[in-house]
Amino acid sequence: MAAITLTDIQKRYPDGFHAVKGVSLDIADGEFVILVGPSGCGKSTLLRMIVGLEDISEGELTIGGERVNERAPRDRHLAMVFQNYALYPHLTVFENIAFPLRLTKGQFTEEQIREKVSFAAKTLELQDHLDRKPANLSGGQRQRVAMGRAIVREAQAFLFDEPLSNLDAKLRGQMRTEIARMQRRLGTTTVYVTHDQTEAMTLGDRVAVLRKGELQQVASPRALYEHPVNLFVAGFIGSPPMNFLPGEVSGDVLRLPIADVPISAALRQRLGDRRLVIVGIRPEHFEDGAVASRQNREGGVTFHADVDVTEWLGSDLFAYIPFETNPQVAGKLEELDRDLDGEGLRTQLVVALASDSRVRDGDDAELWFDAGKILVFDPETGDNLTFDADQARTLDEQNEQDRKASLERAHAREQKQQARTA
Amino acid sequence: MTTQAAPPATPEARDVKARRIKALQSDRARAENRLGWYLAGPAFVVMLAVTLYPILQATYDSLFRYRLTAPDDKAFIGLANYGVVLTDAVWWQAFGVTVLITVITVAVELVLGFALALVMHRAIKSLRGLLRTAILVPYGIITVVSAFAWFYAFDINSGYVNTWFDWVPGISEDLNWFAQFGTAIFVIIASEIWKTTPFISLLLLAGLAQVPSELDEAAEVDGATWAQRLKRVTLPNMKAAIMVAVLFRALDAFRIFDNVFIMTNGSAGTTVLSLLAYRTSIGRLEIGLGSAISVLLFLAVIGICIGAIKLFKVDLAGARGES
Amino acid sequence: MSTMSTRLKVGWAVITVLVLLYALFPVASIVATSFKLPSELNTGTFLPSQWTWTNYNEILGPEGSARDLFLPSLRNSIGISLIATGIAVVLATLAAYAIARLDFRGKRLILTTALGVSIFPVISIVTPLFNLWRNIGLYDTWLGLIIPYLSLTLPISIWTLAAFFRQIPWELEQAAQVDGATSWQAFRKAIVPLAAPGVFTTALIAFFIAWNDFVYGISLTSTSRARPVPAALAFFTGASQFEEPTGAISAAAVIVTIPVVILVMLFQRQIVAGLTQGAVKG
Repeated sequence: MAAITLTDIQKRYPDGFHAVKGVSLDIADGEFVILVGPSGCGKSTLLRMIVGLEDISEGELTIGGERVNERAPRDRHLAMVFQNYALYPHLTVFENIAFPLRLTKGQFTEEQIREKVSFAAKTLELQDHLDRKPANLSGGQRQRVAMGRAIVREAQAFLFDEPLSNLDAKLRGQMRTEIARMQRRLGTTTVYVTHDQTEAMTLGDRVAVLRKGELQQVASPRALYEHPVNLFVAGFIGSPPMNFLPGEVSGDVLRLPIADVPISAALRQRLGDRRLVIVGIRPEHFEDGAVASRQNREGGVTFHADVDVTEWLGSDLFAYIPFETNPQVAGKLEELDRDLDGEGLRTQLVVALASDSRVRDGDDAELWFDAGKILVFDPETGDNLTFDADQARTLDEQNEQDRKASLERAHAREQKQQARTA
Repeated sequence: MTTQAAPPATPEARDVKARRIKALQSDRARAENRLGWYLAGPAFVVMLAVTLYPILQATYDSLFRYRLTAPDDKAFIGLANYGVVLTDAVWWQAFGVTVLITVITVAVELVLGFALALVMHRAIKSLRGLLRTAILVPYGIITVVSAFAWFYAFDINSGYVNTWFDWVPGISEDLNWFAQFGTAIFVIIASEIWKTTPFISLLLLAGLAQVPSELDEAAEVDGATWAQRLKRVTLPNMKAAIMVAVLFRALDAFRIFDNVFIMTNGSAGTTVLSLLAYRTSIGRLEIGLGSAISVLLFLAVIGICIGAIKLFKVDLAGARGES
Repeated sequence: MSTMSTRLKVGWAVITVLVLLYALFPVASIVATSFKLPSELNTGTFLPSQWTWTNYNEILGPEGSARDLFLPSLRNSIGISLIATGIAVVLATLAAYAIARLDFRGKRLILTTALGVSIFPVISIVTPLFNLWRNIGLYDTWLGLIIPYLSLTLPISIWTLAAFFRQIPWELEQAAQVDGATSWQAFRKAIVPLAAPGVFTTALIAFFIAWNDFVYGISLTSTSRARPVPAALAFFTGASQFEEPTGAISAAAVIVTIPVVILVMLFQRQIVAGLTQGAVKG
């Protein structure tokens, strides 16, 4: 197990394509870090450079304090789980898991190999399938065999390349918790690539958001969600995504297409002399006006809007509200939409209301939103003007404490279990 | 079949419905069957006509004493022709030469062909077309032309090999390559290898292309060296392709004719089975004896096939089950 | 980094040169021989000291001694190979369509038969045909070669085409029908453009095989009426009785090799696809 340090890593392909542009990232020993971003952001390339399947054009990569740029993959002592699992079809499950051990020629006795494989098989509940060939396994079982191969290697770190993207939704949820449990239990440094933000938010101790080969923000999931550094991170994290509206500064209020928001002293300072900004409001910060007043919520703004479509999901009610955007920010928002693999559809507000709300299609509804939770972005640079670095750092620190605590709990549980079996 | 599930229809109704579906299916299936044979039938009949009929005729002819130079002398002699052939040293000599050529060419071509396949597989895009074109040239060229090219290169009169390689012990200005068995068979085998390696390498290339590159990468991460990846991942996963390539080439090499005919015409002990059959029936017009040799050659090919299938069957089935 | 890629580049250059040498050297050798003067044939050098068209004159020129051997055989080879290829491809297209698209009993039987026929020793067929052709008058005729050539061209055509046809997304035909095409239009507009490259490639491979035949050619013909080029080459004689026909044979060999090289250059991608698919998908 080891820490991984990336210093100004660059990747340029022979055809001139600049896939990764100076990424620096410190991954602590035992940490679970997610690389996330829309397709083509360079996350897989970055992972393949860490494991050694791609050459590093510039920059330095150290694993456990040693520079490994020039080392062949086999000398980096990492283990990787591929998107299609890359199981050897001609070998049984047992031999697939034992494969890395067999390669070391005589370093392990037959006895040791059997021991290690059965430990891994037990961890992953594969004991009953050891004699089968990969073709006869289900998707989830294949996934576990691939993880078994990583476990026996006792690698410095585990690398995952979108390992769940070939599974169906239900299995994906199960395997997600499986991977989380395994990582906590073994405490192995893990780098995990995904384009799925649910995986990113649930699995990672820290999440690194990439865009076009550039690192945008590295933070704990909560810091990322509540304190995104820019428009891109704000738009990428969260589902349904954050709503972006043009906001015109007009005297003491920020004029949005749906309502006017009073400008507080703190916000006024951050706005500077900007006349036009982009305002981000998460769907769950909206509420049905009736519900909000029943709950006596304060610090909000109430407004009326024509509801186009509603979707009742049981836990929430999503309502869609079309609005006219300001031509001066339309370009920036379209660019953002493209970066996020969006389809460039109409501009509409998505609001998540309480599931008992009576708002329906075609209503002229009274809605409410929490003015204290809005984020304000610079329309040119996309920077988050309301970014609170101290708050974000506090969240990260809390997260780090939680992680350490949970690792210790996992260790304690492990030891208790061993003591019981002994 | 239980009735607990409370089906909406009575059992009888269900029965009728099932029968109707079955009848519909079989009607449809019958039509499809018929159409299938209408379309594929002609090709099937032609294939049988050009092979099954001649081999049956040959089997029949082989039971007679039958020479075209003395057609009236035709008489049924049972298996006597086979007795003559199988007790003749000439047959066994030709058999031995044929087996020797087959074994050496297949072994060398497998290694060389795999190397070429790897080259084509790994080649960067800009080179791939050039390499493929070059490798296809020997495949496309007429065997007789290739035989002449090799013959003239080594020939004592017109050849340049003797001049180029006179520094090699044993090769000199007046070495006649086609005068003794060892050197003659060497040139024949070299020519055969040159001409047919591209085919085997293409079959192996297809096998290589079917091994997912992720497997190779996974093994690399797992700590395998280049040789280990080749031995433990690539080769086991293209077993079926290797076997198909070996079998096809072995059967092809066993039928070798053109190269030997052009280069030595069987002199210096280089007569192969096909040439022996040709000389007996077409050259000496001994139809009965020639037919017996033809049938024996056919049986030998069948034998190789059955042997190969028996030997590989388990693995072929296994390979298929896995993929 | 840069040193690595230079080394890689040099490595590939060396490999490419080696492969080119391997593949083209014998061809270059016979080309060089074909341009030698008769007097120079026995000097033991690779290149002619003086390049000459003499040998080509021998086989093509109006006064050429081997002209009457070569030109008719060239005509025979082209005609017979084209016809045998055409028939094989038509029959194989129908059969492969049935194999790829329809579910009928005997599918495997047909594929197995094709495989069996393709490994059949040609020489075993030749003896009975030689006898039969003499009796029914097909000996030394075009038809007498076209029929046995089918045993060479038909099986491989069926395998290759079946493999090609299996890859065609036949739903397109239905999609076209849903889009308003008649079934004929659907076939012509959606399927034919997809199937045509496969048929063309198959024809190319079948033609190579027919073009290459020697055993049938030498056994079932006796005159220039039907004798194809490979067989004719074996019967070449020198300008005089005491002269080896080396030059004339080399020139003729070069002429029949040129079309092969051109076809290979133009269609290498398709040929490779055709040869490998038929083998793997079985």
